[in-house]
Amino acid sequence: MVKLMIDQKAIEVPEGSTIMEAAENAGIPIPRLCFLKDINEIGACRVCVVEIEGREKLVTSCNNEVEDGMIIYTNSPKVRRNRKKTVEMILSQHNSNCVTCARNRNCSLQTITRDLNILEVPYGKELMPLPWNKDFPLIRDNDKCIKCMRCISVCDKVQGVSVWDVEGTGSRTGVYVSGNRKIEESDCALCGQCITHCPVGALRERDDTEKAWWAIENRKKVTVVQVAPAVRAAWGEAFGLSREEATMGKIADALKKIGFDYVFDTVFSADLTIMEEGSEFVERFQKGDTRQMPMFTSCCPGWVRFVKSQYPHLVSRLSTAKSPQQMFGAVMKTYFAKKIGVAPEDMVTVSVMPCVAKKGERNMELFYEEYAGHDVDVVLTTRELTRMIRMAHIDPGTLKDIPCDDPMADGTGAGVIFGATGGVMEAALRSAYYLITGENPDADAFCGVRSTREQPGWKEAEYHIRDLTVRTAVVNGLGNTRKLLDALERGEVRYDFVEVMACPGGCVGGGGQPIRDGCELAAERDRSLRALDETAPVRFSHENKDVQRLYDEFMEKPLSHRAHMLLHTDHMAWEMPVQQANIKGRLTCQDNR
Amino acid sequence: MSRLEIPMPNRAQVVVEQLYKDLERRIEASPSGLCPIDMSKAFLELCHAQTCGKCVPCRVGLRQLKNMISDVLNGRASMEILDEMKETALSIMESADCAIGYEAANMVYKGLIGFHDEYVAHIELGRCNCNYQQPVPCVSLCPAGVDIPGYIALVREGRYKDAIRLIRKDNPFPTTCGFICEHPCEARCRRNMVDDAVNIRGLKRMAADLAGKVEPPACQPSTGKRVAIVGGGPGGLSTAYYLQLMGHQVVVYEMLPRLGGMLRYGIPNYRLPKDRLDDDINAILETGVQVKYGLRIGIDITINELREQYDAVLITIGASTDKKLGVEGEDADGVISAVQFLRDVGKGNAVDLKGQEVCVVGGGNVSMDAVRTAVRLGAKKVTIVYRRRVADMTALRDEIDGAVAEGVEVATLRAPVRIETDNDYSARGLWVRPQMISSIKNGRASVKDTGEADLLIPCTTVIVAIGQDIESQHFADAGVPVSRGVIQTGRHGGFDLLPGVFAGGDCATGPATVIRAIGAAKVIAANIDEYLGFHHVIQSGVDVPSPDLSDRNPCGRVNMTEREACQRVCDFDGVELPMSEAECKQEASRCLRCDHFGYGIFKGGRNTVW
Repeated sequence: MVKLMIDQKAIEVPEGSTIMEAAENAGIPIPRLCFLKDINEIGACRVCVVEIEGREKLVTSCNNEVEDGMIIYTNSPKVRRNRKKTVEMILSQHNSNCVTCARNRNCSLQTITRDLNILEVPYGKELMPLPWNKDFPLIRDNDKCIKCMRCISVCDKVQGVSVWDVEGTGSRTGVYVSGNRKIEESDCALCGQCITHCPVGALRERDDTEKAWWAIENRKKVTVVQVAPAVRAAWGEAFGLSREEATMGKIADALKKIGFDYVFDTVFSADLTIMEEGSEFVERFQKGDTRQMPMFTSCCPGWVRFVKSQYPHLVSRLSTAKSPQQMFGAVMKTYFAKKIGVAPEDMVTVSVMPCVAKKGERNMELFYEEYAGHDVDVVLTTRELTRMIRMAHIDPGTLKDIPCDDPMADGTGAGVIFGATGGVMEAALRSAYYLITGENPDADAFCGVRSTREQPGWKEAEYHIRDLTVRTAVVNGLGNTRKLLDALERGEVRYDFVEVMACPGGCVGGGGQPIRDGCELAAERDRSLRALDETAPVRFSHENKDVQRLYDEFMEKPLSHRAHMLLHTDHMAWEMPVQQANIKGRLTCQDNR
Repeated sequence: MSRLEIPMPNRAQVVVEQLYKDLERRIEASPSGLCPIDMSKAFLELCHAQTCGKCVPCRVGLRQLKNMISDVLNGRASMEILDEMKETALSIMESADCAIGYEAANMVYKGLIGFHDEYVAHIELGRCNCNYQQPVPCVSLCPAGVDIPGYIALVREGRYKDAIRLIRKDNPFPTTCGFICEHPCEARCRRNMVDDAVNIRGLKRMAADLAGKVEPPACQPSTGKRVAIVGGGPGGLSTAYYLQLMGHQVVVYEMLPRLGGMLRYGIPNYRLPKDRLDDDINAILETGVQVKYGLRIGIDITINELREQYDAVLITIGASTDKKLGVEGEDADGVISAVQFLRDVGKGNAVDLKGQEVCVVGGGNVSMDAVRTAVRLGAKKVTIVYRRRVADMTALRDEIDGAVAEGVEVATLRAPVRIETDNDYSARGLWVRPQMISSIKNGRASVKDTGEADLLIPCTTVIVAIGQDIESQHFADAGVPVSRGVIQTGRHGGFDLLPGVFAGGDCATGPATVIRAIGAAKVIAANIDEYLGFHHVIQSGVDVPSPDLSDRNPCGRVNMTEREACQRVCDFDGVELPMSEAECKQEASRCLRCDHFGYGIFKGGRNTVW
C-alpha cells in the first residue's frame, strides 16, 4: 500500500494506482477529457493535471502512479489556472455551435467549460474544416474534433481495425482516416465505437430521422417500423427512465404517437433467424462441413463487413441467413404487405437499431421474383429514436405499454437475448437441440456459452446433444474476433459454430446506443435483456406462434426455396474494400536506419 | 569623452545567443517523419527573421515564399503555385546581395525539388502524408529496437540483471554492445533539447559490468525443426539464440576456430575484451545451440546439401574479404589487408612490428582498429593515410582521438598512388599524391590533386583498410541472388525463389554495424519461425519501473573515461574505464522516458513482445 496526501486528505491506496484512481478512492473527482480507462490513457488533453508538492511541472493524474509520501493538490490555484488555460486552448479550435450539435447537453467539453466557468476565450477561433461524404453512415466533423485520440485508440486497441490515425505533424496534426484513405474506401466496419467513445460531437451517425418523418407525412406510404432487442435495454437512459420503466411496450406507444402505422418487435425475426440459421447449422454440422472451420453467425453487419475486408477467404463460412433486420424487412414487404393489401413499393420499412452498421446493411437489395427495392428503407439508431421522441414532444412519463401489431406480435425470450453477446448462440442451441432430438432442452442448458472456459479474448463451450459434440465459441469486439480467427487459421482451436458480435458486449454495447461519456453500460443492459428472457413465457424460438404461422402460410419450412429467396443472402453480392495483404514474413528489415 | 568603446553585448543579445544554442540542440534531436513542408516554412521564417532588411529579394521575396508555402499547407493552392515558388526562389538565389538571402531561398528551392511529391499531395489531396515516426527516438533509431528507456529505468533502480534480461529480448549481445555499439540511439535523444544526449551505450556497459552472469531464459518446447546457420558472427548467433528460444534446434557452421566473427577476429581486444565477448556467446550457447567448426561453405559443404538436411538455412557469412587499392606494388610483401591483419591478431598469430614504420590506408573504424593495434604491436611509427580531412573520416570521433592520443600520425589529404618496393619485392614506402579539399558534391567535400610532386612515406608495412566484400561465388552458383558484392534478399530476409533460405547481416547489407546485424537477426528469426509454421513470441517478462515524476533539471552528461594513453599502448587490455555506480545512477536519471511522456504513450511506445 502507498500512503499519500491528496488535497490535505491522508489516503492509502494499492501500489500501482494512478493519481486519478487514488483521488477517486478518496472521493475527489478529477476533471478529464481524453482519458478512457484501459483504452486511452495518454495524457493528451492535459485537463487532469495535478500539482505535486516540491515539483515545478504539473503531471497528468490519469496515467501517472502514486508514490509513497506524495503530497498532491488536484485543485490548487496553479492547477486551476492551467486547466482553464488548456480548455480555452481547446475551445479555440473547437466549433462551439453547441445548439446545433448532436451532442448538445451530452458533451464532456461543454460540461468542463461550464464547470470551469469559462465565459470568454482569449484566443481567436481557428477552425480546420475538412470535407466529408455526408452520405456515409458515419459522419465526422473535423471542426469539432479536439484530438483527444480516443477514436484512434478504440479502433486500434478494442476493434483492431485502425480506421483512424493521426495525420500530419506539428501544429497541423489532426485525426483522419488512416493511410490517407477516404472513409468510403476504407475497411471501416461501421461498428460506431468511435462515435460512442467521442467526448464531443465530432463523430456521429448519419441522421436519417427526416427520411422517417417524410414517410410518416406521405399519405401514400404505409410506414412499418421494427425495434431491435437491444434498444429496449438502453433507450430510457436518454430520458432518465429506470431499466424497469423503459419497456418495449412504451417504445411501441411512442412510435405509434410519432405516427408509424405498424410497429413490430425485431424479436419476432430474431426467432425467425434462429429457425433459418439454426436449421442451416444443423444441416452443415451433420454434413461434417464444420469439422475444419466453423459456421459463423451472420446477424451482425459490423462483423460481416469486417470478415469481408480482413478475411475475405472466410466469407463462405458465414451463415447465409440474413440478419433479423433484413429478414423482417423482407417479410414485411412480402407476407405482410400481401396480408394488408399494400403494394411493397408503397410501404416504407423503418428499423430502430442499436447499431450504425445496420445503416450500411440496408443497402442490400431485395429480390422478390423481380427487383423489389430494399428490405429496409430507413435505419434509425437508438439515439435517433430518442431524438424523434423529443421532436414529437412526447413526455416519456405518459407512455403506456402497448403490444406490437399482428400478425407478427409474438416474440420469445430466445429472440430477446439476440441483443447481448452469447445470446444468438444460446438461442440457436436451444432450437438446434430441438431440431436434432425432437424435444426441448432446459431453457438454461446453454447459458454456459456466457461463462465457461475463457480463452484470451473469447469464450468457448462444448455441448453434447445425444451422441454429438458441438464445439462452440462466442466472441465480441473485433479485436478479440481477430485473435479468434487467427487462432482458428493456425489450427490452434476448432469449433463448429461461432457467434461474433462486432461491438464490445454485443448489440447492447452497440455504436448506435445512447452515450454516457466514460461509462461502459453494456453489462448493465445485458442484465436487463437476460432478465427479460428469464421471465418470458416462451423461451424457444421454434415455439414462436407467429413464426410458425409464417411458415405455415407463406415460407413453407426453414431453408425452403422461398425462405432461401427471401431470408438468405449472398454475402458476395456486394464489395467491401479489402485490406492490403501484408508483406511476406512477420517482421521486415528497416532500410538504412 | 572617449573616442572608442569596448563593445559589450546587451542582455537581450546574450539571451538570444543562448537560444541559438538551444535551437541547435533541438534541431539535433528533431525526429524524422515531420512534415517537410511545415518544417520548410518554419526554417524560412527563421531565415527571414535574420534578414537585415536592406535588399528587396530577401526582405520581400522570402515573405512571399512563406505566404505561398502557407497557402499550400492551408489547402488554398493549385499546382501552378509550384512553378511560381520555383521562379521566386531562383530569383532570390540569383539576385540577393548576401548569403542570408540566397541561401534561405536555396533551402526552399531544395525542398521544392526534394519533396516535390509531398507538395503535390498537399495540393491535390489537401492532406499530409507525414506521420510522426520516432515516438521514442532511441528505440526507433536502434536497428534492433532495444527497449532503451526500459533498461535505463532498471539500471537506475540497480536492477542490473533485469536490465540484461530486457536487453536480451531484442539483442543477445548486451555486453558486446555495451563496449562497442555505435549507438545510433543517442543521435536524436530528446534529452538533447534539455542539455545533452543520455550516455546510452555507457549505461548498457554498466548494466553488463554490474549484472554478473545472467542465465538465458528457458527455451519453449521443442518443435523438432532444425535450422542451419552458416557463419557464427553476431548476426548468425543472434538468430540462433532466438530460434533456439522458440524451440527449434539450431546448428551453426563456423569456419574459424572460435565463434564471434568480426567481434572476435576484427575488433581488437582493447576495445572489446574477448572474455567479455565470451559472456554473451556463452549465454547464447547455453540455450542449446550446436556448433560445427572448421567447415567452409562451398568447399566442405554446400548450400544445397544444407537445404536437404535442414528445415531452413540462414546465411550470415559477413563480409570478410578485403577491397583492393588497385595500385602498383599492392601484392608486395608487407602489404596486408586490415581484415587479415586483425584476424591474425585475433587468432594469436600477430606479426611483430617492433621498431617498424607502418602506414594504414583508410579513415574508417577498421582503419583505427588497425593503427591502434599496430601501435600495440610495437611499431615505431604508425601513420593513417587518408585522401580527405579528419572531418571527413567515417570513423567515430572517439576512435580517431584515441588513436591520436596513442601517438598515431595522421597524414590527411594524401592519396596513395604506388607502393615502393625493394629488390626482394618487399614494401619499403608508400607514395602519396597531395590533395586539396574542393567543392562539395552530394553533401561530401571532394578532393583534387594540388599538382605538387608525389611524396614517399617510408614504411615496411602497409595495411589497407578501405572496405570489405563477401565471398559470393558459391552462393551465386547455388542460385542465391548476388549483386554488387552483396546477397540480395527481400525485406523479410528471404528469397522468393529459394523458400527456406534466408540471409542477413553484413553479407546482405555490405559492411555495417553489429547492431544492424542483430536487428536483421531478429527479423529473420521471426520470419524463419513463421516459415516453419509457428508463431512463437519473444518476451522478457521483466516489469519496467514506472517513470519518476521529478522535474528534469539540466544536468551534464557522464562521459566514459579511458586509461592513460602511455599505459594502454603497452597491452591489449580494455581501454575504457567504467562509470562509478553513483555516476551510473545519475546518468540513468537523465532519461526523459519518452516511452511514457509524449507521443510514446499513445503510439509506438514500449514493445514488450515480438
